[in-house]
Amino acid sequence: MKLLVCISKSPDTTSKIDFTNNNTEFNEAGVQYIVNPYDEWYALVRALELKEQNGGSVTTITVGTANDDAIIRKALAIGADNAVRIDAEAGDAYFTAFQIAEYAKVNGFDIVFTGKETINYNGSQVGGMIAELLDQPFVSLATNLEMNGNVATISKEMVGGDEVVELSTPFVVSAAKGMAEQRIPNMRGIMAARTKPLEVISAVACDHLISFESYELPASKSACKYVDVDNMAELVSLLHNEAKVI
Amino acid sequence: MSVLVYIDTLNGKVAKSAMEAVQYGSKIGATTVITNGSISAEELGKLGGVGADKVLVNRALTSTDAAQVARLVKAAASSTGATTIVFSQDLTGKAVAPRVSASLKAGLVSGAIAIPEGDGSIRVNVFSGKAAGKVKVNTTVKVIALTPNAVGVQPGEGSAVVEEFSADLGVASYTVKEIKKQEGDILLPEAELVVSAGRGLKGPENWGIVEDLATALGAATACSRPVADIGWRPHHEHVGQTGVAIRPNLYIAAGISGAIQHLAGVNGSKVIVVINTDPEAPFFKAADYGVIGDAFEVLPRLTAEINKLKAQN
Repeated sequence: MKLLVCISKSPDTTSKIDFTNNNTEFNEAGVQYIVNPYDEWYALVRALELKEQNGGSVTTITVGTANDDAIIRKALAIGADNAVRIDAEAGDAYFTAFQIAEYAKVNGFDIVFTGKETINYNGSQVGGMIAELLDQPFVSLATNLEMNGNVATISKEMVGGDEVVELSTPFVVSAAKGMAEQRIPNMRGIMAARTKPLEVISAVACDHLISFESYELPASKSACKYVDVDNMAELVSLLHNEAKVI
Repeated sequence: MSVLVYIDTLNGKVAKSAMEAVQYGSKIGATTVITNGSISAEELGKLGGVGADKVLVNRALTSTDAAQVARLVKAAASSTGATTIVFSQDLTGKAVAPRVSASLKAGLVSGAIAIPEGDGSIRVNVFSGKAAGKVKVNTTVKVIALTPNAVGVQPGEGSAVVEEFSADLGVASYTVKEIKKQEGDILLPEAELVVSAGRGLKGPENWGIVEDLATALGAATACSRPVADIGWRPHHEHVGQTGVAIRPNLYIAAGISGAIQHLAGVNGSKVIVVINTDPEAPFFKAADYGVIGDAFEVLPRLTAEINKLKAQN
């Protein structure tokens, strides 16, 4: 089975979020980048498990600059066989999806994995767009995926519950919590990652459908009002009369 | 301007987040709703009360298969000449909106939290709720996926025309083998009131006091990540960076310290109440109201006071 896993970088979950250049750019000063957790913990690890069970290969693909090579090596250290980087600023989701779909069309994969969303833009856009551009089924928010030959049985989240669906490859799937457990790369993996192939290819021409103009931080909260343990009547009164939420 | 709003009504009801999306659309232009499944025409007609002019319903499609719903939405957009297509950023919207966007080459604004401004730009949630961004769409046709509970909804009177709508849906992407409904009536992503608890509750057997408070308030229940990871509570209740992001009017957190990853999922809440034995718990910095005390004492007392208030009104 040929598996392609889309890997994006995102700021570490504990990063302080701040903006520069008149609030038009994310302030990268002091920010540690990581593999987007959904891409790493769920998509990549499940792809590796499928390869271990059924044979085949796991390729990662990233749209980004040489600054992304560190997180790509991390994905290789966890166990991917080889990596592809489309050499361009990631731009909007359509641009990213278009680059990945062009690569996937030429190289043919049984399953394309994405994480459910990145933790910086939270768009949940790229997976569905790749599926549309490849004219393939899209199974969103998968929490379990089992293969039997070329038939997949997938549990996915739906509004108000979960559903179990069955389909044949090829398809695109976005991975949510439950798909797999995080793997910590070992020293052997880290050493091996240094020499695994990381192919850098040029981007194809594509429009940006949206652009981010500026950012803002939420207004800072006023100080917390403390209520005594023995005075829950006061808390209820505050919620009812002051905050007016109950 | 002509607006098309897709809503998921497969459970036979119009969810609050669906009404919110319809009313949002009606603030942009004349709004047609497209939906599918067996929901009654009478229920759909009530969407007139939140600004829909017309409701199109496809009876043949009974799933949320992203490829088929996308074809349905595109057919409806083409038939109504819509230049703005709105989804709720719910689990269906997350799957369908990107397909529609890529197919029409129409810019997708996901996680919108406000109606378009004068220059057409739209504010969205980014960095898991730790910031907002302003997005400009570079295409004539726009696709907007609206964050539930971001703009709210004011239901009014009115009725919309309901018409059957057929379209070429193509083949299904998959066979649905089983559907497991979530327990409880109030879906967490659209709940207005949420009671949440963490490791401070010491074990799943102690959740009764959390559920009692939720019942008294008519709230949904939620939990922190460790609690979902160790299996005390189901994963769909986990709020935070890697779980569900919510924006209720009231979020009550008991026995949750408030790690930055947890805050990311809840800092869109209008009012936050934190109950914790540790006065240094970081969550108090994000709280509007705080109680330094043991959840085992505080929650039952709070429930009793809520019940008193409800009895008076």
